[in-house]
Amino acid sequence: MSLRLPKNRQPNGGRLIDRAKPLEFTFNGKPLQGYVGDTLASALLANDQLLVGRSFKYHRPRGIVASGAEEPNALVGLGEGQRFEPNQRATTTELFAGLKAISQNHWPSLEFDIGAVNTWFARFLSAGFYYKMFIHPRPFWKHVYEPFIRRTAGLGRAPDAETRDADRYEQIHAFCDVLVAGGGLAGLTAAMGAARQGKRVILMEQAQFGGRVVVDGARIDDRAADDWLADVLAALLALPNVTLLPRTMVAGVHDHGYALGYQRVADHEPGADKPRHRLWRVRAGQIINATGAIERPLSFAGNDIPGVMLASAMRDYLVNWAVVPGKRVVIVTNNDDAYRSAIQLHEAGITVAAVIDARPEARGALPARARALGIRVIEGTAIHHVAGGKRVTGVALCRQDGDGGAISEHIACDAVGMSGGWSPVVHLWSHCGGKLLWDEAGAFFRPDPARPPLGHDGQGFVRALGSANGAMQTTDVLADAASAFPAEADDLPGQAIEAEPEGPLAPVWMMPARAQYPLRMKMWLDPQNDVKVSDVQLAAREGYESVEHTKRYTTLGMATDQGKLSNINGLAILADALGRPIPQVGTTTFRPPYTPISMGAIGGEARGAIFQPLRRTPLHDWHEANGASWEPVGHWRRPYCYPRTGESRHDAVMREVKQTRDSLGLLDASTLGKLLVKGPDAGRFMDMLYTNMMSSLKPGKCRYGLMCNENGFLMDDGVVARLSDDAFLCHTTSGGADRIHAWMEDWLQCEWWNWQVHVVNLTEQFGQIAVVGPNARKVLETLGSDIDLSCEALAFMEWRDGVLAGIPARVFRISFSGELSYEIAVPAGQTRALWDKLIAAGAEFGVMPYGTEALHIMRAEKGFIMIGDETDGTVIPQDLGLNWAISKKKEDFLGKRGMERPGMTSADRWQLVGLETLDGSVLPDGALAPLESVNANGQRQTQGRVTSTYFSPTLGKGIALGLVHNGPDRMDEVIDFLGEDGKPVKARVCDPVFFDKAGEKQNV
Amino acid sequence: MLLLTCPCCGVTAEESEFANGGEAHLTRFGPGASDAEFDGYMFARKNPRGVHFERWRHAYGCGKWFIAARCTVTLEVFATYPAQTTEPPIDVIDQIKARRPEWEGYA
Amino acid sequence: MSEPVSALPGFQAHGLVDLAEAGPCGMITLRGDLGLPALAAALQRELGAAVPGQRRVVRGQRGAVAWMSPDELLLMVDYAEAPRLTSALEAVFAGAFVTVADVSDARAVFTLTGAQVCDVLAKVCPVDFATFQTDEIRRTRAAQVAAALIRDGDEAFTLICFRSVAQYMADLLATVSAPGGEVGLYAR
Repeated sequence: MSLRLPKNRQPNGGRLIDRAKPLEFTFNGKPLQGYVGDTLASALLANDQLLVGRSFKYHRPRGIVASGAEEPNALVGLGEGQRFEPNQRATTTELFAGLKAISQNHWPSLEFDIGAVNTWFARFLSAGFYYKMFIHPRPFWKHVYEPFIRRTAGLGRAPDAETRDADRYEQIHAFCDVLVAGGGLAGLTAAMGAARQGKRVILMEQAQFGGRVVVDGARIDDRAADDWLADVLAALLALPNVTLLPRTMVAGVHDHGYALGYQRVADHEPGADKPRHRLWRVRAGQIINATGAIERPLSFAGNDIPGVMLASAMRDYLVNWAVVPGKRVVIVTNNDDAYRSAIQLHEAGITVAAVIDARPEARGALPARARALGIRVIEGTAIHHVAGGKRVTGVALCRQDGDGGAISEHIACDAVGMSGGWSPVVHLWSHCGGKLLWDEAGAFFRPDPARPPLGHDGQGFVRALGSANGAMQTTDVLADAASAFPAEADDLPGQAIEAEPEGPLAPVWMMPARAQYPLRMKMWLDPQNDVKVSDVQLAAREGYESVEHTKRYTTLGMATDQGKLSNINGLAILADALGRPIPQVGTTTFRPPYTPISMGAIGGEARGAIFQPLRRTPLHDWHEANGASWEPVGHWRRPYCYPRTGESRHDAVMREVKQTRDSLGLLDASTLGKLLVKGPDAGRFMDMLYTNMMSSLKPGKCRYGLMCNENGFLMDDGVVARLSDDAFLCHTTSGGADRIHAWMEDWLQCEWWNWQVHVVNLTEQFGQIAVVGPNARKVLETLGSDIDLSCEALAFMEWRDGVLAGIPARVFRISFSGELSYEIAVPAGQTRALWDKLIAAGAEFGVMPYGTEALHIMRAEKGFIMIGDETDGTVIPQDLGLNWAISKKKEDFLGKRGMERPGMTSADRWQLVGLETLDGSVLPDGALAPLESVNANGQRQTQGRVTSTYFSPTLGKGIALGLVHNGPDRMDEVIDFLGEDGKPVKARVCDPVFFDKAGEKQNV
Repeated sequence: MLLLTCPCCGVTAEESEFANGGEAHLTRFGPGASDAEFDGYMFARKNPRGVHFERWRHAYGCGKWFIAARCTVTLEVFATYPAQTTEPPIDVIDQIKARRPEWEGYA
Repeated sequence: MSEPVSALPGFQAHGLVDLAEAGPCGMITLRGDLGLPALAAALQRELGAAVPGQRRVVRGQRGAVAWMSPDELLLMVDYAEAPRLTSALEAVFAGAFVTVADVSDARAVFTLTGAQVCDVLAKVCPVDFATFQTDEIRRTRAAQVAAALIRDGDEAFTLICFRSVAQYMADLLATVSAPGGEVGLYAR
């Protein structure tokens, strides 16, 4: 059984735990006890909770394997309600009082799981099972296979759809000369070196500062590593140019020195009034990859049984948390480092039944010391299989160089520590294109210093140091790290280091080397996704030669741990099966993030009210207070209509149209773009921007204008007012102001940079109110103005500056409704004052605010187009009967050449018409008019579509605008459109101007 | 995410402050241009593996357009310069050649 | 004329920093050749300020001038003064290729003060505050909208954004300066 050693059994007493501070927590509802400083994993082991979950495919019992981020098995559901989160690694979860954890992927219980029957059919669930099984018969997919897979697949349980995350999250941008990823011996040494050179340094450590230096038992500068560590941390904290970030993982390295750091600010204190996670968006001149190395498992039969663990993890649990995985332990290894675990366990009073060493001889200093302590070392030997079910009961041994035919010995034990050598953590080096090379001696991939990821200046910006760089012995780690930022004097701490040297390892990818199939099918490579040695070998036999394809076929390394333990072993098996050297097979791609990061951190502060910017007009608060039903327009929100109590939106719209046409309506038109175009060449520039002739417009006058892109497609429209000889004010669509402003600047800066023109975006300087209806002039005159508003003095399509109701105002007499209409622009800060005065003065006329829907109906009744309704990026002005707005005199304007192309001048284009249903109903928006014929792909051909459709209260029937093939030549023809129910609706082609074609209402 | 220096305001900023505007140094063809010329201007864009010139606007900053000479393979930025030129300045060409001796030059 | 109304009159929030909407501010956009002698003379005469260098703010007796781009300045004066100054400058530059526009109502202005002001701003702006000088202006973005930052002192910034997003900006800054979100990057 696993247990916590009493204080007197372990000299350090578990260096990270505080035995004076016990904590209560629960696992699957069972109350358990740990200490401050525990991880959930160490606390579970201390309570002999070896079994922590079930595997993905076979639902095999799973125990804790590792002590850090590489853990594949110990994934739990954490918290509850608004703080429930699935798939949290117990090894990286700090214990806190009241923590609630549940195990995953089992039914009905962790101890008894029906899904475990899958393991009996393992023979049929081999590599590519899903591809092979679920292809036939096809009809089974939707109703049989998919529901089954959905119910049984997937780890953990997603939070309920209605649940809202109770926590807050944030991001921060940071800049530094050197970002150090990893706070172990290499990272701390590099950070200190860089800091002493005056560089701005940020150091991020995901778990424990010091990394493995303490558990490896090194002495530095004649001190215990723990004391050295405390001194270095204190020194770094005191430096103003160093930022130390605990609980922070460098999640990814991206282009040009950009890195993401994931800081778990408050995971260990849920409910604290703090952001739970903070995402660091760092720009670093140089990134130091000091992320250490991960021990590799060994592939032997039964290596997935709970109680089989990495040898280094055993050492971590012992030294850091005073926890041991069993009372009688067997260590199996191909290298010297595992002897450190054996020795430390032995010294803590645990029986180390044997060290099984696959090498023919183990003669280094560490094996010698183990022997001297009386630990039995068995050379040239493999584990034939592990005995046990939900926990280890023993091991059977055989010769490593054989096929496993003869078992030499059985040894009883309750835990097995395995070590297959170490792999540098090269993820960060590789994220942005750094290349790797194969190190024969160490049997691992390490960064190739000649091919680093390149930054904006073409220079490498990532440097790997220490064991991440392949320097596996403590003395080498220090030397490598100190070389990065060399000190002038020898005042750097950590100059002298004592550590026992290690002898060479022997690569061992399978135990025994020529194991037979029955053993290979019980050797787990990826214990989370249940991928075994036999699966990878099967994939190779079936022709999967590429490591990337094999990964996807077998799902090796595709689980939440992304194969941190399994990748190299799997790739060695594949290389062996293909008969090729490992470097030739290569690795799969390392992609960020290193371990999963929360969606909350990615979203940052952008939630709720600040999920995205909401643009508000100066009248927004009034609209809200007066019951506006909103419609999003770009980032703006505009009133769709203003329903009164008990009134439907439709009825409100009808009322607003009627009252505006009969008397007086007000519209908040503030969202319209307002661009000032000014300068000696303004006229020339305007003539290029618009299809019309704008240079001939007289000051004081307005003209409706069209803007096209170079393809000739209509992109924006609006009323242009000439302010003076050298200045125009261009109105754009509500959503188009920023786009058109950028468009104008593009041409001025990149094409016609010698033209003397300035553009200033005045959209937000002015609020704009449309005063519309037969009583529009009367209400303005009531307010009092120094502008003569009479029909003669301020004619249609003219504007004047002056004072209205005591407010400086620019009054445009323009109309988008066909009514007598003024648009009044006033400074944004005085728009509300003018609106209030208009509402008050308009009372005698029954004034009503109207929304965008009433605006749309009134413009459609007049046959006015709307950008985005009648246009879709493929419509030219000629399609919309707007030839009158295209200058024939101008030699050039944007889009002119595009319009001359045969496809644009073709008589076969769809063109704007009005549509009236025969039964008076309203056509569905976007409805198509199908033909009987089909195209080359067998799709029905169409002859038109509805672009705008409304019920017109003015005419008492449904009206629509649409684009119809040769439409203007087909007046009075009746064509079928598809109704909501798929049944045809008959509509008559008519003039798009439904109301007051002569314009009598606006010219009064 | 790239790091670019705006030559107009001198700020070195991350890509999120900028807006990309596609290939630089296009020659506009308007009325009177042949179909082939217009087609080339509208649709034919270079997509080199290596040195490329592209337009960027400092959209969240000074609002100015500029041109970046960049390697599409390594993302190395050789230089940025103001947009008011029909071809890359000589010193920019020299900088690129110093870094990419095999480059065939601006065409 | 009615009383001017700023974007969020009276808005204040107090968390890691003191945050306030600054009320109505007179602002004038001036575009043209910044090397024009007439421009320097006009700014000296009207505001007692010199033409600022790249990304600098010059504070004169009657107003401040900020460098916005190679051909654009932002003049900041009393709100009530802006219309007169706009007219005066238009008269000075009549016939010249210089554009003057009163934009006093187009923007919202916030002040942020406190020891943690850089940490708070760094949460939303991709800007290195260690190299951000007093009297420097940096146009950038604050989360999802454009913003201009002016450093008024070690622990004081002015943030200018478009008026329509004033509420978003207020909510954004209040959110990221909520207590508990101390970072310790710049403030230590």
